[in-house]
Amino acid sequence: MSPDSLVAHHGEFAEDHSHEPNNVFGFWLYLMTDCILFATLFAGFAVARHQYAGDVSGKDIFDLKYVGVETALLLISSSTYGFAMINAYQHRLGAVVAWLGVTFLLGLGFVGMEINEFHHLVAEGHGPDRSAFLSAFFTLVATHGLHVTCGLIWMATLIAQMTILKKGLTTVYINRLMCLSLFWHFLDIVWICVFTLVYLLGVQ
Amino acid sequence: MDHPALHGHSHEHHTSASGESHGGYGAYGIGFALSVVLTVAAFYPVMVPGTLPHGWLEPTLAVLAIVQIVVHLMFFLHMSTASEQRWNVVAFGFAILVVFILIVGSLFIMHSMAEGMVDPDVPAVPTTGHSDMGSMKGM
Repeated sequence: MSPDSLVAHHGEFAEDHSHEPNNVFGFWLYLMTDCILFATLFAGFAVARHQYAGDVSGKDIFDLKYVGVETALLLISSSTYGFAMINAYQHRLGAVVAWLGVTFLLGLGFVGMEINEFHHLVAEGHGPDRSAFLSAFFTLVATHGLHVTCGLIWMATLIAQMTILKKGLTTVYINRLMCLSLFWHFLDIVWICVFTLVYLLGVQ
Repeated sequence: MDHPALHGHSHEHHTSASGESHGGYGAYGIGFALSVVLTVAAFYPVMVPGTLPHGWLEPTLAVLAIVQIVVHLMFFLHMSTASEQRWNVVAFGFAILVVFILIVGSLFIMHSMAEGMVDPDVPAVPTTGHSDMGSMKGM
């Protein structure tokens, strides 16, 4: 490829950058690799889920009502994010920020509940080092929680950029919101697998 | 016309750059209602023992989880078989294949390892220092 054609090629991409059509598809590919990350952790958990090493089993430590509330928070936050996206396509910045704020608080509630659950387990001596089951449980659930936390930081950043920095709802920001929407709904799907395999099947 | 992301804005208004359709409040409402029903259906038989006959719980929970994942993909992630989405779906299909091989393969290997143990009382993965002694006795 000659230098000229390289420049021409770069120019095309620079023009494309105005609406970044590829970034959502690129982000989708990232999510597919994230699927594989979670699959390895789920496989590890599935293998170790009965290796209690004389310590607690799922039946002893899981409170399904607590997990039900966590599930509700994530599920409702998926819908409120959807409402934010509907308003984003209609260029209503105020409504977008309001729904993102609601989504942020619901996600924060979820992360807070998870940290509280972990804190209680460690305080009662059932930390991740006690058994293969607990190691697998903490690794899997904390990795999901870490993803949700990253989603919250990303959401707060976008809200701040659109409002405080007055970037507004340009195509660039709508694409960024769409990537975060894919991320957020994806984490809800991972949580479906977590509550089914870890919690519901864990208390049997 | 192959790439979903390259020609998004030339389409009708409700199709985005990625070929992802936007959906309105109705789509999210239906998705949310279905998710609530499926989640409650999964939690109920576990929290109220005796709802399902013995041995039915695990398959029921697996089916409910898969159905709910499909509901989320359709109503929240707006996945469809539309041609704009072809590469999204191809990537997703490949990811599912890798996930399947990973999980089924891991379980198969660890199951075989457990089967290969002489003493069935010794767990496949030694969980304490003492279980090593146990497997020695078994030989």
